Amino acid sequence: MTAFLASCVVAGIPLLFATVGELLTEKAGNLNLGVEGMMLMGAVLGFITACNTSNPYFTILAAVLAGAGCALLYAFITVTLRANQTVTGLTLTIFGTGLSKFLGQNYLGSGVPENVSSFFAKSAIPVLGDIPFVGDIFFRQDKFTYIAYIVCIIAAVYMYRTRTGLNLKAVGENTSAADASGINVNLYKYVHILVGGALCGLGGAYLSIIRIPIWQEDVVNGRGWIAVALVIFVAWNPIKAFFGAILFGGLSIMGMKLQVLGLDFSQYLFDMIPYVATIIIVIFSTHKKRKESQPPQDLGNNYFREER
Amino acid sequence: MKKTLAILLALALAMATLLAGCGSEDEGGETTGETALKVGYIFIGAINDGGFTQSMYEGAKAADEHFGDQMDFLYVENINDGDTSASTDAAVNLIDQGCNVIVGCSYGYMDALEALANSGDYDDVTFLHFSGNKMNDTNFDNWFGSMEQARYLTGMAAAAVAEEGVVGYVAAHPYTEVQIGINAFTLGAQAVNPDIEVKVVYIGTWGDAEIEKTAAEQLIDAGAEVVCYHADSTATQIAAAEAGDVYAIGWNYPQNDCGDLYLTAAYWNTENYFIPTFQAIMDGTWKPESHYGTMATGLIAIDEISDAVPADIKAQIESVKAEMEAGTFDVFKGPIYYNDGTVLCEEGQVLDRAGIWSITKEVKGVTATSN
Repeated sequence: MTAFLASCVVAGIPLLFATVGELLTEKAGNLNLGVEGMMLMGAVLGFITACNTSNPYFTILAAVLAGAGCALLYAFITVTLRANQTVTGLTLTIFGTGLSKFLGQNYLGSGVPENVSSFFAKSAIPVLGDIPFVGDIFFRQDKFTYIAYIVCIIAAVYMYRTRTGLNLKAVGENTSAADASGINVNLYKYVHILVGGALCGLGGAYLSIIRIPIWQEDVVNGRGWIAVALVIFVAWNPIKAFFGAILFGGLSIMGMKLQVLGLDFSQYLFDMIPYVATIIIVIFSTHKKRKESQPPQDLGNNYFREER
Repeated sequence: MKKTLAILLALALAMATLLAGCGSEDEGGETTGETALKVGYIFIGAINDGGFTQSMYEGAKAADEHFGDQMDFLYVENINDGDTSASTDAAVNLIDQGCNVIVGCSYGYMDALEALANSGDYDDVTFLHFSGNKMNDTNFDNWFGSMEQARYLTGMAAAAVAEEGVVGYVAAHPYTEVQIGINAFTLGAQAVNPDIEVKVVYIGTWGDAEIEKTAAEQLIDAGAEVVCYHADSTATQIAAAEAGDVYAIGWNYPQNDCGDLYLTAAYWNTENYFIPTFQAIMDGTWKPESHYGTMATGLIAIDEISDAVPADIKAQIESVKAEMEAGTFDVFKGPIYYNDGTVLCEEGQVLDRAGIWSITKEVKGVTATSN
């Protein structure tokens, strides 16, 4: 049981990175559907850098820059040029998927250097790792996982406990009011879209560096879309995102676990649940009109000061 | 101004995507004037994928070397086999570049190849389709092989090192081809250890490395001492390597991604199909047939068996292999029972190709839930 729950955490980590990333982006009022593409770019450039430099820090840096680079493209097109966000995001996904295959072409079958994998290898956190049950599940993981925990906590503190976090909320909820109150709206949008992209890049790199340390095309395989659904499922809350990611990650491997136990369940069924659950949540939250679980009001609307 | 810039950027993005998508269209052999045979291959994956497409490509290369100046070959990679119009375009493109033999290396190319073969425009082109079930009387046929033989042998190797008698099998879909492999593997394992338990997990996809690895991890967690797979990537081997004390058996291509823990692999040695077939086409003796390669024809092969397998079992495997190569060994020989108790094969009965391909369940000794 503990081993299974620990695998749920592992399956949830790429989703957690991407979800927190997308959540920050959406809080700034921008819907970036390019998560899948940014994850793949993070995966491929992280992998290539790991192969060529054998340096774990450069690897992380490359994944961050790859994700942020794609996000910069998106931000420039939607914030500065005010093009349609949905279309741009979708294009970014197709773009990232194609380009990652292209760039990774010569790396198919090659592996992450030993010193990079050993740098990120599983290790127990002192004290926390010794807590029975909880320690085995959460604190005996690889270093990437710990980065994800920290990112999640920082995001929560930032969003709910700092002034800039509050400003961010204002930008997403009512951009023109935020602008009128003196917040540099475009700067906020740019920064959060870029940070969001960087986190997606890390999520992709987790898959290509830690989970499957031999380059595979399309290693993300739809997880970016689950992350987009997850943002809605967790109602734009990074703490809920932590549990939601582990839940959705767990669902993606639940069918297999039950098969190993000899129970008659199909993985097909479980693969469907994240989306069904999201739809149900959307229906309920729309119906009940609970303020906290609504999307940012200006989500998807491009802001142009002169059009007020 | 901004609008123009936006349009330009969008165009650039679209162009880059297109370029990235098409970048994989490659030329294989060098074109040196007229050759008797110019073969065009359509691959579903990349030629260095360490799996299925690589096993096809290595065969293509070997055939090219064998025939030297008499043949050339071209190939296209990453052609989505669910996209009939893309498959058709790929084939037509290869024909336009002078190919007179088209080899489609995935099931999904079937309809595209059939339409071209029967269109009347390409009567001088021969279409060889891997794994399909359609053909015509003149220029279109299909080829596959008795992978059950290689699976049987790898099952023997697995049972030899599984001391507690538990083996894990990561399987794509509960579908006949996969189930034939599982059953043959189990029968082979039972030949060495009658009490062996083969635990199967169906992952519901042909290829998702992360899912494959997780499935292998779940099997290892449930006590599997050897893991084997019927899925696209070598992620199962990676899981074995990370566990440190679990053996793995490869599939499709003899690719070792787990070092000393690699036992052997069941794979397609495609040159043994390509060379005689191309020779027949050149000689004008080729006739469409539903080709079923075997260990005897050499299309089906296993990689060298690791020294982790005890010498006596190794000798046993070699002798069964020799019988298969001589064509005197039947994998599905009664009595065989399904794991729900029904009979697959009566005492004294031997399943023929059609009988093997009507398998829909797992045999006794397999723990699996197929739905």
